[in-house]
Amino acid sequence: MDFAQAFWILLLGSLLGLELIGKVPPTLHTPLMSGANAISGITMLAALTLIIQAKNNLPLLLIGSIALGFALFNVVGGFFVTDRMLAMFNRKPSKNSKLK
Amino acid sequence: MNITLIQSLINLLSVLFLALGIKGLSKVRSAREANRLAAFAMFLSVIGLLFYYLGTNGISQQSWLWIIVGSLIGSLFGAILAKKVPMTSMPETVALFNGCGGMSSLLVALGVVFFQKNQSLIQDLSISVSIFVGAITFSGSIIAMAKLQGWLSTPSWTQNRVRHLINVSIAIISLIAFINLLQSSDSSIIWLLVISSTVLGIGVTLPIGGADMPVVISLLNSYSGIAAAAAGFVVESQLLIVAGAMVGAAGLILTQVMCKGMNRSLISVLFGGTLASKSEKSSGGGEYTNITSCSVEECALTLEAANKVIIVPGYGLAVAQAQHTLREVAKILEQNEIEVCYAIHPVAGRMPGHMNVLLAEADVPYEQLKEMDIVNPDFPAADVVLVLGANDVVNPQAKSDKNSPLYGMPVLDVQEARTVFVIKRGMSAGYSGIKNDLFDLPNTSMVFGDAKKVLSELMSELKELGVGAK
Repeated sequence: MDFAQAFWILLLGSLLGLELIGKVPPTLHTPLMSGANAISGITMLAALTLIIQAKNNLPLLLIGSIALGFALFNVVGGFFVTDRMLAMFNRKPSKNSKLK
Repeated sequence: MNITLIQSLINLLSVLFLALGIKGLSKVRSAREANRLAAFAMFLSVIGLLFYYLGTNGISQQSWLWIIVGSLIGSLFGAILAKKVPMTSMPETVALFNGCGGMSSLLVALGVVFFQKNQSLIQDLSISVSIFVGAITFSGSIIAMAKLQGWLSTPSWTQNRVRHLINVSIAIISLIAFINLLQSSDSSIIWLLVISSTVLGIGVTLPIGGADMPVVISLLNSYSGIAAAAAGFVVESQLLIVAGAMVGAAGLILTQVMCKGMNRSLISVLFGGTLASKSEKSSGGGEYTNITSCSVEECALTLEAANKVIIVPGYGLAVAQAQHTLREVAKILEQNEIEVCYAIHPVAGRMPGHMNVLLAEADVPYEQLKEMDIVNPDFPAADVVLVLGANDVVNPQAKSDKNSPLYGMPVLDVQEARTVFVIKRGMSAGYSGIKNDLFDLPNTSMVFGDAKKVLSELMSELKELGVGAK
């Protein structure tokens, strides 16, 4: 992968990110932040690559594995927690008053 | 079809889904599905990567072992924490997750720089960026978490102007290490960069007040995207670069949006210190002069005579887990034909929309929850307002005092009511650390104590008075 190409990708990715979010209702600030945070754990791909390319280099395998653990902690925890929050918003309180 | 092409297609699909996921997360109706779509996209990207290596060089057994161990442990802890953590401490949880993402990028860069030789200049550059941003994200997020958890307060020396000098010097040290790292990969320089960036993250985050923390976490979240993009350059993964850049940019926009919602600028959040330190300068000290404290009994007597009561719940109520007791008190009042409703500020609690959910859990009828714009004209007609664990959102300074750092923030006009009872643990300042003018007003009385305890005492007092006995 040559530098110019990688840089184009970086530029286009950033522009896409800037365009994605326009108006966000305040209710969704926290979930959106949490969801985007889970996505930033995509660095797990780098950790995976590191482990795969490590061959038999033990320290590198170890570092890669710890990095992978941290990243997946971020990803799995992040998506779960976002889902929990959004589930609470979806549960309309009107359902509660109907029960009564 | 060749393997590279298939992987490219999978990656393209992942990017598409991630983008749709972020977009969907900004709309209420599609948010939950969008979150799942993003999660699926992440899963897809892993499949693509494993598929590529299986089809080309193969993955050794040892690599598999380390992959499985690392991912199992990480996922397990992440899932457990996400399931167990109470809704009240959501912001600090996100901060912790974010810090770990930064740590991961940092570790990848360290692994490459220490154990893989023959890097190009581009790789050196991206390794340096990855270390720098990764370390700042990690230490900054951990500090943010500790402050939100209450493990760490804002030390007063950090409010001094000297802190800018210190932070700038640390930043210069990092920069020197950064540039040197491009020419040599001497381990001492690497460690210098790691340490100085970590300290810089602490130095920048520590002086920021609790009220601004959600904005800081959002910004740090954007950083972790940048760190991921840098890690993408290190391991030469296009997908990682796109996804990292996307999150970095989107995080920046979200930070901006959040700042606007709080009526603050990003610059003043980052470099302005806590709101309280500014208010001392602008509005002459934070001393209370006219505090009226009263007993639970007096409060009960006033409530008994009231016709209309408005309850203002805040974060303190959620922390004390008092929403059920509150509901009981409200029931007693209703039995005595007293009109009760709840005034919900848009940022009540620390998470928007948080308070509605907590009250719904305690079976508070939906019709009694009133949003700020609807309830504000009602306050002059109210006999009693009960403020429970809310502070900044009922501060009249936001409307009256142009010098106040809170000026312009939308607030509930509780002071318009005939009598205001503020149930509070003590005279400690609110989340922003600013003096609340409401407490000084003649129609405000303070009832000191834990919200749950006060409410259950209030309940027995009311019963003794015969309220709700009918």
